[in-house]
Amino acid sequence: MIRESVILNSTTRFMITLLIMFSFYLLLRGHNLPGGGFVGGLVGGASFALYGISFGVQAARNAVFLSPPQMIGWGLIAALLSGVPALLYNKPFLTGWWYHELSVPIIEKFNTPLLFDIGVYLIVAGVTLNIIFALSEAELLEN
Amino acid sequence: MQCRIGVVGMALLLLACIAILNGVARDGIQSVQLGGWSAPFGITFVADLFSAIMLSVSAFIGLCVAVFSLATMDRARVRKGYYLFIHFMLMGVCGAFLTGDIFNLFVWFEVMLIASFVLMALGGERDQMEGAVKYLTLNLLASVFFLSAIGILYGNFGTLNMADLALKAEAGANPELMRLTSVLFFVAFGVKAGLFPLFFWLPASYHTPPVAVSAIFAGLLTKVGMYSLIRVFTLIFDAGESFTNHLLVWVAGFTMVVGVLGAVAQFNIRRLLSFHIISQIGYAVMGLAIFTQWALAGAIYFLVHNIFAKTNLFLISGATYDLRGTDYLKDMGGLYKKAPFLSLLFVISAFGLAGIPPLSGFFGKFLLIKAGLDAGYYIITAIALGVGILTLYSMTKIFAEAFWKDAPGKPLEGDLQWSDTPAKRRALYLPIIAMACGVVLMGVLAQPAISLCLAAGAQLMEPALYIEAVLSQEYLENFLSD
Repeated sequence: MIRESVILNSTTRFMITLLIMFSFYLLLRGHNLPGGGFVGGLVGGASFALYGISFGVQAARNAVFLSPPQMIGWGLIAALLSGVPALLYNKPFLTGWWYHELSVPIIEKFNTPLLFDIGVYLIVAGVTLNIIFALSEAELLEN
Repeated sequence: MQCRIGVVGMALLLLACIAILNGVARDGIQSVQLGGWSAPFGITFVADLFSAIMLSVSAFIGLCVAVFSLATMDRARVRKGYYLFIHFMLMGVCGAFLTGDIFNLFVWFEVMLIASFVLMALGGERDQMEGAVKYLTLNLLASVFFLSAIGILYGNFGTLNMADLALKAEAGANPELMRLTSVLFFVAFGVKAGLFPLFFWLPASYHTPPVAVSAIFAGLLTKVGMYSLIRVFTLIFDAGESFTNHLLVWVAGFTMVVGVLGAVAQFNIRRLLSFHIISQIGYAVMGLAIFTQWALAGAIYFLVHNIFAKTNLFLISGATYDLRGTDYLKDMGGLYKKAPFLSLLFVISAFGLAGIPPLSGFFGKFLLIKAGLDAGYYIITAIALGVGILTLYSMTKIFAEAFWKDAPGKPLEGDLQWSDTPAKRRALYLPIIAMACGVVLMGVLAQPAISLCLAAGAQLMEPALYIEAVLSQEYLENFLSD
């Protein structure tokens, strides 16, 4: 970036971990409480956007291990897959399915709605980052 | 790689759609509640014969255009995701044909609109951008009408499920409000279907993108608007009601006449064909306006025939561009000598469109005109016949100018635009041949095709079948006892 701000940079280093954790928190509580993949994805996308503002777009691109279009693609695949188990049980596509045998911390039960939400999370974060990266790179080119 | 996956995907889609058609023809209307929540609350998908027929034809067109694009689409557009967006558009189209929920219909329309906007603007040539802006603005405006109409329906009935809406509208609704809502829907779908006087965006934009894109737009997009119009006016509103009926008849007449007169004045092949899309849609509206089983069967048959013939004419305009490097009739000519086989394919599609027996258009018009005479709609029937002659005239104009007359100026030598290798030639001509076969087969096998359409028309005339297929027995009993 053109201007470096010590305050912004050091705040970002603290904030980004918190923001990403918060976005996961929103994602996981979304099944019964306010939250879910969409809001979680927005917060997740916004945290990397903040990283981009402080350390430059290229640094932010490196920090996310998938490129935004890849995130969208994987998100779509996850959402699609979440519908498939229902077909194996002779239920209509996308019917929710829970695995009751095993209790897992935090999410309690493996279930397909969560997989769907993860898909939504990835898509929303991917779209947000794609737009923000493209816009800020265009701005860099103009300067 | 993307190209191959694209083509294979379209082929799979076609197989799936044919399986649906087969199932519906055997076991009646099918419905599924995605996610397992029962009907008026969940996400409903319904396939009756009408939607299954439209699905199969759309998938066939999708496959043909995907193959055609192998030869004609430039590498830059493919890299920018051309095949991806063709698939997205087909997803929107199929969703719109299958959905049983009026708000989801809106969502599928938007999916289709966004994908088609990208396809129209992809490549970013100057003409394209101008066309794309007109296209987007008017379609977004139509979406606003659509959404407000949905809002009124929801405020009135408290449901968005189409079967539930049909049930509640039948049980009693304020007729003035229903009329207002029906006009809003009419305007919304009228813009998308290209009806008079809302069609002007269509000829202004359809000739700007690459040929394959124009072809798939011409084949599918206006037909989805027409499908929704027929669906809404048979299920929720009553097309036979006197105000609506007058509106439909007048619009049908004007659409046919204005479209064909616009076409007569054009000298760019693709613009000319764009005006014909409008004129042909008028026939389908006429079928809806007459509103009998035969008329609806005629409208369905006509839509299918028109998808084949019109898409094929657009693909052929691509093939002539390949040979001559221009879309303007004045600069063309001599194609009959150079490409007699292509001329034959053109004649089949063009005369099919104009309605010469034994090709498909003849039977489509026959059904509509028979229905019109039976129901006493003499003026609109006369207009339909007259427009047929003008259609024939403008098809003959293309044939005479592009194929028959001698080439002006420089002799026809070499310089093919796209089909420079045998593989590309196959990709260019196979879809054209396949669709020309469709036009011929629909005419030669008219008996089974018409009986399928009549069955679909009978289903449309009997909304109770649709309602029973979607809503559970328990819900219906509860509703009746209230």
